[in-house]
Amino acid sequence: MQKSMTRLVLFFSLCFSAVAAYATPGINMPYGVTPVSHEIYHLHMACFYVCCAIGVGTFGVLIYSLIKFRKSKGAEAAHFHEHLGVEILWTVIPTLILVVLAIPATIILKDIHNTEDAAITIKVTGYQWKWKYEYLDQGISFFSNLSTPQDQINNKAPKGEWYLLEVDNPVVVPVNEKVRLLVTSDDVMHAWWVPELGVKQDAIPGFINENWFIATQPGTYRGQCGELCGVNHAFMPIIIKVVSQDEFKTWVSAHQNVADQSQHTQMLALSQANAAILKKQNHHAKKVELRS
Amino acid sequence: MSEGILDYGDHSHDDHHGPEKGFKRWLFTTNHKDIGTLYLTFSLVMFFIAGFMALIVRVELFEPGKVLVNPEFFNQMTTMHGLIMVFGVIMPAMAGLANWLVPMMIGAPDMALPRLNNWSFWLLPFAFSMLFSTLLMSGPAPDFGWTFYAPLSTTYGPKSTDFFIFSIHMMGASSIMAALNIVVTIFNMRAPGMTWMKMPVFVWTWLITAFLLLAVMPVLAGCVTMMLMDRHFHTSFFNAAGGGDPILFQHVFWFFGHPEVYILILPGFGVISEVIPTFARKRLFGYASMVYASAMIGILGFAVWVHHMFTTGAPYGAQLFFMYATMLVAVPTGIKVFNWIATIFRGSISFETPMLFALGFLIMFTLGGFSGLMLALAPSDYQYRDSYFVVAHFHYVLVSGSLFTIIAAIYYWLPKWTGHTYSERLGQWHFWLSVIGMNLTFMPMHFLGLAGMPRRIPDYALQFTDFNQLCTVGAFIFGFSQLIFLYIVITSCFGKGTGKASSQVWEGARGLEWTLPSPVPYHTFETAPTIT
Ligand SMILES: [Cu+2]
Repeated sequence: MQKSMTRLVLFFSLCFSAVAAYATPGINMPYGVTPVSHEIYHLHMACFYVCCAIGVGTFGVLIYSLIKFRKSKGAEAAHFHEHLGVEILWTVIPTLILVVLAIPATIILKDIHNTEDAAITIKVTGYQWKWKYEYLDQGISFFSNLSTPQDQINNKAPKGEWYLLEVDNPVVVPVNEKVRLLVTSDDVMHAWWVPELGVKQDAIPGFINENWFIATQPGTYRGQCGELCGVNHAFMPIIIKVVSQDEFKTWVSAHQNVADQSQHTQMLALSQANAAILKKQNHHAKKVELRS
Repeated sequence: MSEGILDYGDHSHDDHHGPEKGFKRWLFTTNHKDIGTLYLTFSLVMFFIAGFMALIVRVELFEPGKVLVNPEFFNQMTTMHGLIMVFGVIMPAMAGLANWLVPMMIGAPDMALPRLNNWSFWLLPFAFSMLFSTLLMSGPAPDFGWTFYAPLSTTYGPKSTDFFIFSIHMMGASSIMAALNIVVTIFNMRAPGMTWMKMPVFVWTWLITAFLLLAVMPVLAGCVTMMLMDRHFHTSFFNAAGGGDPILFQHVFWFFGHPEVYILILPGFGVISEVIPTFARKRLFGYASMVYASAMIGILGFAVWVHHMFTTGAPYGAQLFFMYATMLVAVPTGIKVFNWIATIFRGSISFETPMLFALGFLIMFTLGGFSGLMLALAPSDYQYRDSYFVVAHFHYVLVSGSLFTIIAAIYYWLPKWTGHTYSERLGQWHFWLSVIGMNLTFMPMHFLGLAGMPRRIPDYALQFTDFNQLCTVGAFIFGFSQLIFLYIVITSCFGKGTGKASSQVWEGARGLEWTLPSPVPYHTFETAPTIT
C-alpha cells in the first residue's frame, strides 16, 4: 500500500505539470488578431485559472486525506456524515464563482452578435468539399479549393510546410475593417472556422448565419471546416489573407477586371452561336478566374 | 401491479432448484442475476470491438498522410466506435449492474417484470448484428459520426443508414423496457422498512437514470423515424429544399443526447457512492444532498441541450439561457465531488483496486468537469466547438464517469457474485496502466483542440503530429491493459481466482447484498429481509 501511495502522489504531480504546460504558447488557444478573439482568449484563460484554483483546493484536500488517513498508518474512521454548514458553503461559493464568469461571457456574446456597420460583406458557402466566397458589394466570386497535391496525401511526395492548410484562392480582406460573414451551405452542414479570427460559424443549408471580424494585423491565417461533412471533411481548409487597404483595392480591381473579361469572352462566344465553343470558352473563363 | 408481484413471489417459492443447464438457461432465463450476467458479458465483448475500432482510428492518426485506411473507412470507424461505446458498452453494462444489484440492494427476490427483462436483453444482440452487418454491405457503413446529423445522414447518407435506423429503434426499445422494469421494481418491490431515504445511492441514481431513459429514448426513436420518412417517404422534416429544417434535427437529437450523457454517468455516481465509503470505512457524507444533487442533475439535463449547438446560429437570448443553465450543472456536480472527498476526509482508507478506480474517477472526472465548465461559456465555445478539445472533454468525462466506474463496480462486486477473489496485484497493474494510458491518450487532445485541430478528420496538418503520436501510444497502452481486466474477470468467473470470498468480502462494506453468502445463491430474498 505504501508503494501505491507514492505512485499516486507521483501521478498527481505529473497531472499538475501537464496542466501547467497547458498555458504555454503553441499548445494553447491562439490569442488571435481580432477584438473578439482577444476577448475569447481572456475569458478562456480566466476560466482556466478559476478551474486551476478550484483544482488546487479540491485535489489538495483529497491528497492530504489520502496521505493522512490511511488505514495502514492506523487511521481510525471518524463518524460524522453530514454538516449543513459546509454543505451550504460549497453550494453557494461555486454559484458565486459561476456568476462572476457569466458576466464577461454575457458581454462578449453580445459583441459576437453585433454584426452591424460592416464595411465588407462576404457570403461564404460550404460545398462538399470546397468553399465559395462572394464579395456582395464588389461583385467578386470564386471557389477556394485545397491545393495540396494528392501525392503528398498518399505519401508519394514530401509534405510541404502548409500540408492541408493551403488553397488555390485565399480570401483577401483589408486590415482594420469590419467584415461581415454570411455563412451558408449548398449541401450538408459545414463550419467555417479560423481560430485566429475567433470565428466559427456553422454553414447550414437553407439558413444564412452571420458572424464578423476585424483583423488588426496583416498576415495569412489558416482554418479548417469544423463540422463533419463527408469523406473529404479534412480537405477543405480556409485561408484568409489580411492585407493593407491599398493592397485590397488593387486586389479588388484586378479581380473585377478578370470578372469583366470572362463576361466579355462569354459574350463573344454567344455571338458565335456555337454551343461547343461556348462550353469550351466557359471552361476556360472559369480557369482564368480560379488561377488569378 | 402488486398482485402480479405476489404471484411471482409464490411461484418462486416452489421453484427452489438452480438454473437450467446449457444454452436454454441463457436464452429463456428470467432470473435477474443471469440477465445481469448476459448484459455484462455482452458489454465486455462490445467493449473490445469498439476499442479495436478506436485503435484503427488512432493508427490512422499516428502521422499525417494516409497510414492505414482511407477517409471513408475512417469515418465508419469513428461512427461505429461512438455508437457501440454508448449503446453497446456503457448502457448495457449499467443495465447489467442494475439487474444484478437493484433487487439485492432493496431486498427483492427478482426484477418486477422478469420476462420483459429477458426480452430487453435479447433485443440487443439482434440490434447490434444488424448494425455490424452494415460493415459487410457493398456501400459504406454509417459514416456520419455517432451524432448522425442531417442532411449528411438523410439526403446524403449511405444506403446502410436504414439498417442503422432500425438497429437504433431496437436498442431504444430495449432501453425503454429495461428502464421501465427498474422503475417498477424500485417502486413496488422494496423490502419492508426500505424507505426512499434508506435506499442505497446506487438505487437512487438508477431510478433517476431510468426516468431519464423513459423520457428521452422515445425522442430518439422519433428522430430516427423522421430520418426514415425523409429518406423514403418524401417528407422533408430535415430537408431545407423541401421546406424542412436541418437544425430541427439537432434540437431533437440533443434533446435526447444531453440527458443521454447523464444516463451514461449517473449510475456511475451511484457506484462510486457505494465504493468510496467502503474503503474509507466511513458512512457516505451528505446522503440526502447526494440524492437531491442527482435529481437536480437529471432535471437540469433537460434544459441544456442547445449548448451543443452554440455555433448553429442560435439567437443571443437562447444562447444566454442555455449557457446559464449549463453552468448551473456545475453546482450539483460540485456538491457530489465535495461529498465524496468529505467521505474520504478523516476516514480509514485502504487502496484496493475498486477504490483506486474510484479515486481515478474522482480526479479525471473533475478534470472533465473543468473542461465542461470552459465549454459551457458560449463565447469560448465558438473556439472549442467541434475541435479535439471537445473530444478530450467527453472522453475524460465518459472514460472516468462511465468506464472507470463500471470497472470499479466489477472489481467491487465480482467476489460477491462469483465467490472468488481476484488477484489484487493484477488489479493494481490494470489500474495504473489504464490511468496512465488514458491520460496519455486524452490529455494531449486538449492541446490539439486549442491549437485548432478539428475532430473527425483522418489527416491533419504537420503541426499536430507530435501530440497525435503521443495520443496513439497512450491509446495502445490503454487498450491492451484491458486484456488484464479480461483475464481477471474470466479467471474469477470460472473459479480460478485467488481464493474463496467471504460473505462480507470487504471489511467496510455495508448494505443488504453483503448479508448474502458468496457466491450469491441463484434465488435470494425469497422472504423479504427486515430493514431497521
Ligand atoms: Cu465541410
